[in-house]
Amino acid sequence: MRRLRLLALLPLLAALGGCKFEVLAPTGDIAAQQRDLLVVSVLLMLLIIIPVMALTAFFAWKYRQANTEARYEPEWHHSTQLELVIWAAPLLIIICLGAMTWMGTHLLDPYRPLDRIGSRTVVAAEDKPLVVNVVALDWKWLFIYPEQGIATVNELAVPVDRPIHFQITSSTVMNAFYVPTLAGMIYAMPAMKTQLHAVANQRVESRGFSANYSGAGFSKMFFAFRAMSDSEFGAWVREAKGSTESLTRQAYLELEKPSEAVPATFFNEVDPTLFDAILNLCVEPGKMCMKDMMAIDAKGGAGLESATASLLPLLHDKHARRGTVIGGAPSYVVGICTPEELATALTLSAADTPAAASRRADSAPVSGAGLPIPGFSPALLPAFTSPLLPTSEADIGPRRPSNS
Amino acid sequence: MTESPIVVPNFFFGRFNLEAIPYHEPILVMTFIGVAIGGAAVLGALTYFRLWGYLWREWFTSVDHKKIGIMYMVLGLIMFLRGFADAIMMRLQQALAFGGSEGYLPAHHYDQVFSAHGVIMIFFAAMPFVTGLMNYVVPLQIGARDVSFPFLNNFSFWMTVSGAALVMTSLFVGEFAQTGWLAYPPLSGIAYSPYVGVDYYIWALQIAGVGTTLSGINLICTIVKMRAPGMDMMKMPIFTWTSLCTNVLIVASFPILTATLALLTADRYIGTNFFTNDLGGNPMMYVNLIWIWGHPEVYILILPAFGIFSEVTSTFSGKKLFGYTSMVYATVVITILSYLVWLHHFFTMGSGASVNSFFGITTMIISIPTGAKMFNWLFTMYRGRIRFELPMMYTVAFMLIFVIGGMTGVMLAVPPADFVLHNSLFLIAHFHNVIIGGVVFGVFAGIAFWWPKAFGFKLDPFWGKMSFWFWVVGFFFAFMPLYVLGLMGVTRRLRVFDDPSLHIWFIIAAFGAVLIACGIGSFIIQIGVSILRRDKLRDTTGDPWNARTLEWATSSPPPDYNFAFTPVVHDSDAWWDMKQRGYVRPLSGFKPIHMPKNSGTGPILAGISFVLGFALIWYIWWLAAVSFVALLAVAIHHTFNYNRDFDIPAEDVVRTEEERTRLLAAQVNA
Repeated sequence: MRRLRLLALLPLLAALGGCKFEVLAPTGDIAAQQRDLLVVSVLLMLLIIIPVMALTAFFAWKYRQANTEARYEPEWHHSTQLELVIWAAPLLIIICLGAMTWMGTHLLDPYRPLDRIGSRTVVAAEDKPLVVNVVALDWKWLFIYPEQGIATVNELAVPVDRPIHFQITSSTVMNAFYVPTLAGMIYAMPAMKTQLHAVANQRVESRGFSANYSGAGFSKMFFAFRAMSDSEFGAWVREAKGSTESLTRQAYLELEKPSEAVPATFFNEVDPTLFDAILNLCVEPGKMCMKDMMAIDAKGGAGLESATASLLPLLHDKHARRGTVIGGAPSYVVGICTPEELATALTLSAADTPAAASRRADSAPVSGAGLPIPGFSPALLPAFTSPLLPTSEADIGPRRPSNS
Repeated sequence: MTESPIVVPNFFFGRFNLEAIPYHEPILVMTFIGVAIGGAAVLGALTYFRLWGYLWREWFTSVDHKKIGIMYMVLGLIMFLRGFADAIMMRLQQALAFGGSEGYLPAHHYDQVFSAHGVIMIFFAAMPFVTGLMNYVVPLQIGARDVSFPFLNNFSFWMTVSGAALVMTSLFVGEFAQTGWLAYPPLSGIAYSPYVGVDYYIWALQIAGVGTTLSGINLICTIVKMRAPGMDMMKMPIFTWTSLCTNVLIVASFPILTATLALLTADRYIGTNFFTNDLGGNPMMYVNLIWIWGHPEVYILILPAFGIFSEVTSTFSGKKLFGYTSMVYATVVITILSYLVWLHHFFTMGSGASVNSFFGITTMIISIPTGAKMFNWLFTMYRGRIRFELPMMYTVAFMLIFVIGGMTGVMLAVPPADFVLHNSLFLIAHFHNVIIGGVVFGVFAGIAFWWPKAFGFKLDPFWGKMSFWFWVVGFFFAFMPLYVLGLMGVTRRLRVFDDPSLHIWFIIAAFGAVLIACGIGSFIIQIGVSILRRDKLRDTTGDPWNARTLEWATSSPPPDYNFAFTPVVHDSDAWWDMKQRGYVRPLSGFKPIHMPKNSGTGPILAGISFVLGFALIWYIWWLAAVSFVALLAVAIHHTFNYNRDFDIPAEDVVRTEEERTRLLAAQVNA
């Protein structure tokens, strides 16, 4: 493989000296293996492409009309042997390539934890990968380091030779998380988590970006990628810890608003439930998390409660409008996490006390964090939807901090 | 307007207001002035020369497959110019926007430009070109007098025009989608694209889709039911075979597009949640569905081009096509396999390794029949006498360029390799490589090949060769840099750059686009010059290339009824076979010929559909209701029209055929 690497690079390097061929000369083991696969598949295909091109040029020249020397057989149109060859030759190459693809795809599955750091180093069983939670925002990147308890915007630093486990999601629309020098890309999708396992093998200052168009600010949606030694990484973490900002849910809602070309920012502290809340579209105070809703659904719905509690839609989409012209009025369901909250909510909805009024004003409408809503008047919205209580705590996962 | 305005709909005008007219954007204002002056000149000229009646009677309402075919080509060419204008704007923006410069296009405009470029080139340039050629050539090749449903053919064409007109309207009224050509949700959902852009996209494609689907049904029926006696399936010309497969693909895949867009419409208009982030909606479903249509779509475009190259290679090599049977099977296998590969457009979505490898390997398998086709053309040239007329030049260029595109395509089909190249400029280079090298060159070869059939004179070879060389060289300059940039990790749809080492490649690509512009210019000059010099380029034989299939058996241009007597077929190269056996053209015994009558219902229905689409886009509900009722009323009214056919009297047939006899005799004597 090392030899192939050189083969691939030599002609290109000669011709294109000054360029940074990040895809062909990566610094991470995963990207390097992906590049090797690319090179091998090209070489395999050249076995057939080059003869075809050469024959095309040769036949076109040899059998030109002016060349009356060449044989002319206007009725010759079939040859079983030749037919066998022209079907078999591509078939053989595709068999080789297919076998390579099958193995390569399984070995380089981005969801598969790494078993090697480089071509010679095996990952030890006790080595835990560095977990980085990645959130594609409009239009910048948020990286949360749960182990270190820090977060950054538009700067991703990793220690060299330590496996990294990226867990990736997005706040609003589809993006793709891509650091060419480190590993291949994977989509970042709202309300879904994708994963990528990778490792950086050299200290490098490079960049990553979104590789899937995501709207007006897409062009500037890149971040610094820095692979550094363990001690440098420690210093970098301390630098982040020294920041004065902390990433609470409120700070996240502010950060999430669309913005472009945001400079690298550090947060010294992160709400430990934040990534989970982003993934479940329930960062805003009072929203029911998707997994809670799914837990209710998984039990076959809320039964009789839904009849009395009028289960209105969950709406999480961010910036512009909620609801369509013809569709129902925008509304949402409020999550209730503790029996005390439920009791309060029920009391409030039963008796119209001043406290209840303030609760209403507090919880509706949840206007998201983005653009203003066209033709939107808060008066049109239902004030407060009756709560729905999941009947078993076990189904809704860990308790979240109360919002009330 | 640098952002979409936010409008509260009112009853009479819906979302429409003066803000929707982009009068504050100088580029659009200048374009509008240009279009208005040009349009006024054309309309004025038509009025001055009193051509409206002629156009309406002889062309717009015509059910003649030949005239409809030509109108498709005109539509394709107009939209191709629009799509190319978008391409030039993108190339210019990317060449300028370096070193802190924002270029000259703000995001709101640039994002519309690349979305419109893709939509227009695929739906309103490539599709009309391909459909136009099939419409013109297939009935002639199978010895038929028209398609199975001539009125439906006219209606299909005008629905395509209606869709194209909606896209063009979005240029000056409102905006177009800023979502990319496939409008992935959630970005294309109402939450993130609240204004009219995506609605223009949806309704333009839905209206044009009606036309495409019906035209597919029409051509399948025509090929299956209307072949001349003796032409069994394995004696059909290859172009007819590829057309059959293409139309099967159209009929099987366009309903998926219609359904997918209908679901997106429901999300946007009535608040359903098929593709939203919450309430169980899943954008991944849209991506799957749209590519289940989208992948067959690329074969819808390329298969007819393969057919053209087959006809051209065999004609200009003066040889029967090598491996006819394996060519047919390769076409059929490609048709079937094209439904089993859609996921290769999004390996990076996180499907499991087994799913990804399955779709990667099925994709590679398609390259086997494609490779077999390539060899078949190669061995058709082998021991031939190759005349390098323009169509053959395009064919050889295709063979050399397409294999590169095929190779990069298989590279992208290896999932781990796709992880590093997906959505990059490498991908852009790949599909332009196959679409320009395959479809565009195929269409140009087809135009040069069949032009003398349609108009009775050849195209001027000098300007044709100019166009050819500009295109070929321009292609390499425009797209090889994109391969390089893709390997440098540059992704698609970017508007500004800050890495100066990329700049030179974008400048080279922009230069390539200028060369291609010269190629397009030469092509238009070629048509103009050929019309001016038509007497010198005249062909009276009806068979200027010494060709092989039935369309060359009749006069150029063919009479309304195509063939005075339906030919009897004994060989896949029917006309070549007739020539070999000393076919004598019958000179007497002509009978009246039963033909379909023109109808104005097609353009009227399409016009109403345009209004309906416009009303739905702008939320003008009363107008939508009125036009929908009108649509139904006109359609029902048309079903009561029993006056749909007529007979060309025998005397007219005799007169036409005697004229041809005279021309042929003059040819022999000269």
